[in-house]
Amino acid sequence: MVDASHDGNDLITPAAVEDVELYHPHSWWTRYVFSQDAKVIAIQYACTAIAIGLVALVLSWLMRIQLAFPGVLPFIDADRYYQFITMHGMIMVIYLLTALFLGGFGNYLIPLMVGARDMVFPYANMLSYWLYLLAVVVLVASFFTPGGPTGAGWTLYPPQAILANTPGGQQWGIILMLVSLIIFVIGFTMGGLNYVVTVLQGRTRGMTLMRLPLTVWGIFTATVMALLAFPALFVACVMMLFDRLAGTSFFMPAIVEMGEQLKHGGGSPIMFQHLFWFFGHPEVYIVALPAFGIVSDLISTHARKNIFGYRMMVWAIVIIGALSFVVWAHHMYVSGMNPYFGFFFATTTLIIAVPTAIKVYNWALTLWRGNIHLTLPMLFSLAFIVTFVNGGLTGLFLGNVVVDVPLSDTMFVVAHFHMVMGVAPILVIFGAIYHWYPKVTGRMLNEAMGQLHFWITFLGAYLIFFPMHYVGLVGVPRRYYEIGETSFVPASVHDLNVFITVVALIVGAAQMMFLFNLVWSLRHGREAGGNPWRATTLEWQTPQTPPVHGNWGKELPIVYRWAYDYSVPGAAEDFIPQNQPGTLGVTREAVA
Amino acid sequence: MSAMILFLAVIAAIIAWWLAGQGLMAKPWLEVGSVGAAGMGDGDAGGSRLPAQKIGLGVFLAVVGALFTLFISAYLMRVSTQDWWTTPVPRLLYLNTGVLFASSLCLHWAAIQAARGQLDGLRTALLAGLATALAFVTGQVFAWRQLVTAGYTLSDDAATSFFYVISGLHGLHILGGMIALARTARLAGRQDAVSPRLRLGVELCAVYWHFMLAIWLVLLALFAGWAGSVVEFCRQLIA
Amino acid sequence: MAVVLVLVAIAVGSVLFHILSPWWWTPIASNWSYIDHTLVITFWITGAVFVAVVLFLAYCVWRFRHDPGRRAAYEPENRRLEGGLAAGTALGVVVMLAPGLFVWHQFITVPPGAAQVEVVGQQWLWSFRLPGADGKLGRAETRDVSPDNALGIDKADASALDDIVIEGGELHLPVGKPVKVLLRSIDVLHNFYVPEFRAKMDMIPGMVTYFWLTPTRTGTFDVLCAELCGVGHSVMRGTVVVDTEADYQVWLSEQPTFTQLQAQAEPEGLPVPAEMAQAPGER
Repeated sequence: MVDASHDGNDLITPAAVEDVELYHPHSWWTRYVFSQDAKVIAIQYACTAIAIGLVALVLSWLMRIQLAFPGVLPFIDADRYYQFITMHGMIMVIYLLTALFLGGFGNYLIPLMVGARDMVFPYANMLSYWLYLLAVVVLVASFFTPGGPTGAGWTLYPPQAILANTPGGQQWGIILMLVSLIIFVIGFTMGGLNYVVTVLQGRTRGMTLMRLPLTVWGIFTATVMALLAFPALFVACVMMLFDRLAGTSFFMPAIVEMGEQLKHGGGSPIMFQHLFWFFGHPEVYIVALPAFGIVSDLISTHARKNIFGYRMMVWAIVIIGALSFVVWAHHMYVSGMNPYFGFFFATTTLIIAVPTAIKVYNWALTLWRGNIHLTLPMLFSLAFIVTFVNGGLTGLFLGNVVVDVPLSDTMFVVAHFHMVMGVAPILVIFGAIYHWYPKVTGRMLNEAMGQLHFWITFLGAYLIFFPMHYVGLVGVPRRYYEIGETSFVPASVHDLNVFITVVALIVGAAQMMFLFNLVWSLRHGREAGGNPWRATTLEWQTPQTPPVHGNWGKELPIVYRWAYDYSVPGAAEDFIPQNQPGTLGVTREAVA
Repeated sequence: MSAMILFLAVIAAIIAWWLAGQGLMAKPWLEVGSVGAAGMGDGDAGGSRLPAQKIGLGVFLAVVGALFTLFISAYLMRVSTQDWWTTPVPRLLYLNTGVLFASSLCLHWAAIQAARGQLDGLRTALLAGLATALAFVTGQVFAWRQLVTAGYTLSDDAATSFFYVISGLHGLHILGGMIALARTARLAGRQDAVSPRLRLGVELCAVYWHFMLAIWLVLLALFAGWAGSVVEFCRQLIA
Repeated sequence: MAVVLVLVAIAVGSVLFHILSPWWWTPIASNWSYIDHTLVITFWITGAVFVAVVLFLAYCVWRFRHDPGRRAAYEPENRRLEGGLAAGTALGVVVMLAPGLFVWHQFITVPPGAAQVEVVGQQWLWSFRLPGADGKLGRAETRDVSPDNALGIDKADASALDDIVIEGGELHLPVGKPVKVLLRSIDVLHNFYVPEFRAKMDMIPGMVTYFWLTPTRTGTFDVLCAELCGVGHSVMRGTVVVDTEADYQVWLSEQPTFTQLQAQAEPEGLPVPAEMAQAPGER
C-alpha cells in the first residue's frame, strides 16, 4: 500500500491512493470463509474461541458438580475428572483467552485503530486462523479417541503426563494435546507477525506510538511477548512428543511404574517445568495486557475523561512485559529447584506489582472528576478493577516465596488465578463486546439482557472465587477428585463447596443468555449508528458501519491528536476524534 | 535457561534502542494538530523506511532464534547432569557445514546480482543456492545414517536425542527456506528484468540463509563440545 | 446507583467474611509460625489496599456519575501523585517481601544436627526410611528398585543395611527435634504435604529434595499428596505421628531394618501399587 508519510512537508496529501496489494475477494467463499480480511478473520477467531470456550464451561460445571455432590453423576470417575480439569484449563488459557484477545480483538481492532486498510500479510493472517481451527479440531478429536483426552493437568508435567496411570498418557490423549499445541504455536506465530508488523509499519500518517490507543499498546506488547514465549511451549511439546513416541529421555528419569522399570533414564522433569513456565508466566500477561489496554479505553470513553497518566500507562505496559520474562520460576517455589532461586524470583515477582498497581491507580483516577456513564462497558470495567485487584493482591501471597509454601497446590491458588486471569480478563472481554458490537454489526446489544448478564456474572464470579481462597487456606489441595476423610477439613467446607457449585451453575447459565443476546441483537438490536459511544479512536470514524473491506474510503484517515481528547476545555463536544484537524487544545498546558 | 536469558537481553536491547527513538517521553496531549513533527514520525523520522516484509522477516528470525536458543538452553541444562556422554560428531558434518556456507555465499552473490539488475547471474546464483541447500540437507541425512550405523540411535542417550531433534529441526527450517527460495527462483525464471518484488524476495532469502548458517555454526559448536568447554571455562571464571 | 451499594457491600462483605467465617488454617504443629505471621501481615496490607481501592471506586461512581450539565475534568497526568502512589506501593511491597525473604532463608537453611528422615513417594503410597544405629541413610537409586526392594536401597552400601524401612505405614517423629525430610520419588512427581507442618516440597524422580521442620506438638496428622500424580492423586494418604521422645523410642525399636526385611521378603513381592489403583481408577 502506498504511504504518504515520506514527504516531510506540512501539506497534507491524501494519505493513500488506491492500493495495489489489497486483496479482493471474488466469491462468497473467499469473502466469508477463506477470507483475508482481518475483520472477517477476527470474527472467525472469536466464534471458534467462544465455541470451544463453551466446551470448557460445561467441563467446569461437571467438575464442580463432582466436588459438591460426589458421585451424583456416575460417569464422572477419577479418570474423567482429571480429563475435565486438564481440558478446561488448557482450553480456557490457550484456545479461548489467547485466541480471543489476540486473534479476535487484535485482528479486528489493530488495523482499524492504527488507520490501516488491513493487516500487512493478509494471506499469513488467513493461514493463522485455519491453523488455529485445525489445532482446535485436533484438541476436540482427543475426546473421541480410545482412552479419551489427556488427564495430566493443564501443566502437562512429566513424567506422569506420558505414563499409563494418567488418562490418555499411553493412548492418544497426550499425543493429540501436544500436536494441537504445536499447531497452535505455528498458527499463532503467523498471526503474531501480522499484529506486530502492522503496528510497526501499517500506522497511518500522524499516528505516532504515543498517539496509539492503549488497546493497541496492550495487544502489541502482548504479541511481542507471545512471539518470544510460545517457542518455549513449542520446544517443550516437541521434546515431550519424542519422549512419548520415540522413547527418548529428555524429561524422563529412571522410573519404576507399577513395579516395572521403564527404559527411560537420566531426563529431568524440572527442565520441562522451566520450559513450560518460561512460556506459562508470560502467558498470564499475554492475556492480561490486552485486557489492561482495552479496559483503559473503555473507562476513558465511558467516563468522558482522558485516561489518567497515559505515558505512565504505556511505560507500565512495556515494563510489565519485560519483567514478566524473569519471574517464571515463582510457579516452582516448591518444585525442588535450587532453593536459592527463590530469593531472585520472589523479588522480581513483587517488583512487578508496582507497575501493575500504578495501572490500577490510574484507572481509578480516571474516574475521579469524570462524567461517568454507567453503560455496560463501564460496569464491566468497574467489575474488572474489583476482581483484578482482588486477584492481583492474592498474587502477592503466592509470589512471596515463603508465604507460597503452605498455599501452593491448594485451592487458594485455584481461586487466585481464576480471579486474576479468568474472571478479570473475561469481564473485560464482555465489556469489550458490549462496546464494539455496534461497530461490528451496526446494532446495539440488548440492554436489559446485558444488565442481567452483568450482575449475575460479576456477583456470581466473585461469590465463587472469593470464598474459594478460604477452602485453600483450610488446606484443601487442588486437583482432588474428592477430599475424602481428613482430620483438618471441617464439614462446613463441604457446604461451601455446594454453595460455590450452585453459583457456578447459575453463572454458567447466564452466559447462555449472553450468547442468545449476541444472536438476537444481530437482527433486533437498536440501530447504533457509526459512533454510538461518541468515542475518539479511529475505528469509530470509519465511513461505513460495519466497516467494509479496506476499512476506509479512498483516503486513509490522518491523525492529528492522541486518542483521549475527551472533555477538552473550550471544545464544543465532549470528545474530539483523532482524525479531526485543528489546534484546539494546544494551549492546554495551563490545564495540565 | 541462562542462554535464553542472554538471548532475551539482546532482544530487549534492540527493543529498547528502537523505543528510544519513538518519543516515549513525549506528552501527546500537547501535540495537537501536528502530523509530521520531528520525533513523532511513524517511521519517517529516520528517512526511508524498510519494507514490511523485511521487518516481518526480522521478527520471524527473532522467533526462530528464540526457538533454537531454548533448545540450546535445554541442552546446556542437561549437560550439567551426571550421566552425560557426548555423541561423536560425524566427520560428514564438517563437509555439510562447508556446503551450507557455500549456499549462503550463493545467496549473497544472488543478492548482489539482484541489486545490479543482472538477471542471468541472479538465476545462476539462485539455482546454485538451491542445489547447495539440497546438498546440505542430503548430507545431514547421510550424517544421521552414519550415526545410526555406528549405534547411536534416537533414544540411545540424551546427547544423541538432542542431536537428532535439533539438527532435524534445523533441517526442516532449511527445507522451508528452500520452498521460498524455489518460488523466488521461479519468479526469476519468468521475468525479463529484475523487478523490485524479485529483488526483495532475493534479499529476504539471503538474510534467512545467513541466519540459518549462523544458527548451524552455533549448533555445531554445541555438538562438538566446544560450547561445553566454553561453559566450563566461564564456570571456572566465576568460581 | 446499585453499583455504588454493591461496591461498598463487596468491600465490607469481604472483610466481614474474612473475620467471621469459620474457615481458617488448621492449628500449626511445627516451628513455621513465622510463615503464618508473614501471611497475616500480607493479609492486612493487601486487605487494606483492596478496601481502599474499592471504596474509592464506589465514591467516584457516586460523586462523578453522569450529569448532563457537567463536563469531566481535563487532567492528562499528575506526576507528583503518580510518583507518590508508586513510592507507597513500593514501600508496601518491601514490607511484605523483606520478612518473606528472611523466613525463606531460614526455611532453606537446615540447622546442623537435624535428624534425617527419608520419604519416598510412588503411585499412590508413602514409604519412609530412617537411618539405623549408624545415623546415616544408605544410598538408594530408582534403578535398584525391585519387588523385594521397594525403595531401591543399595545393598552394597554398608550404611544402608541397618536403615529402618516403613513401606506404606506410619511415620513417627519425636517432638521438639529438628528433622530434615529428604524427599524422593520412584515414579512421578509427588508432594509431601502435612497441612499442620506448613512446609511442603515436590518429590522428583531422579532427585532428592528436602525441607526441614521441628514438630512442636504431639498428635496424629494426615499426609496428603499436593502434586498431581495420576488418577489416584486424591487417595494418596499417609499418617505422621508426632510422639514424645519416650514413645518415639518405643516405636522405633519395633521397626524392622532393611536387612530384616530382606530376610523375610523372599516369598512376597513389594506392596503392589496396582492394589491402590482400584479405588479411584476403576471404571
